[in-house]
Amino acid sequence: MPEIVTFYLLAGGAVVASGLVIGQRNPMYSVMFLIVAFAALAGLYIQLEAPFVAVAQIIIYAGAIMVLFLFVVMLLNAPQEDGAEWDRTHPLRRPGMGRFGAVLAGVLILELAYALMAVNGLNAPVGGQTGAATVSSVRELGKVLFSRHAFAFEATSVLILVAMVGAVVLARREGDT
Amino acid sequence: MIPLSNYLIVSAVLFAIGTAGVFLRRNLITILLSVEIMLNAVNLTFVAFGRYRGDVDGQIITFFVMTVAAAEAAVGLALIIALFRHRESLNPDAFTSLKW
Repeated sequence: MPEIVTFYLLAGGAVVASGLVIGQRNPMYSVMFLIVAFAALAGLYIQLEAPFVAVAQIIIYAGAIMVLFLFVVMLLNAPQEDGAEWDRTHPLRRPGMGRFGAVLAGVLILELAYALMAVNGLNAPVGGQTGAATVSSVRELGKVLFSRHAFAFEATSVLILVAMVGAVVLARREGDT
Repeated sequence: MIPLSNYLIVSAVLFAIGTAGVFLRRNLITILLSVEIMLNAVNLTFVAFGRYRGDVDGQIITFFVMTVAAAEAAVGLALIIALFRHRESLNPDAFTSLKW
């Protein structure tokens, strides 16, 4: 029973914080609420017996990526969205195609909900199966990462190199060589 | 124990919130944050299914998604800085020079 309460607290926290991220005009508050959402998700990962993913979530996401976002928000002294302009140009207030798109999105939600209801077997509890020890072991994780997924791991290093060079090239001042 | 469908529903709701953010917000930084929400929703699905099946692949792919998210944030923020330098604005409606 306590794990069910914990699940609903964490899931509710993640959903509410994510909703507040897109409900703020000030990007600074958005970044702060996103950190709260990531912390709640890290709690869910712990409940799924993936402690290493939870720690990586806190260190990489909340620690590195969000600090990068905060840095840019402060560096640009990012202006808030203009309220009146927001009301005028809001996509849901645009006539014609905008309304049509909203209707299509509603139909898609209904269709996905129907498909999820129709699938059997999803009500089986998570973690009732065997293999809990292997799943949460960092040793197993490392073994699989460096054997079966070695190529993807190396490709990732190339990706990071490209992203690093790209960020430096894009953000540098024009005229500098 | 918590059924798998609960995790999938939370993940779907988070993904929907992220999608709504991309379409509704008028600030490039908030749009990037919404993309991060969507990536995290996908991560939750991967970990939940990995735990459900009892193998580690779900967690492995989560690390790759995190790496891609970090690379995306670095390049995206660099692009935002370059755009802001040109137009002094973060509103995506200000960057319509290529619009037909």
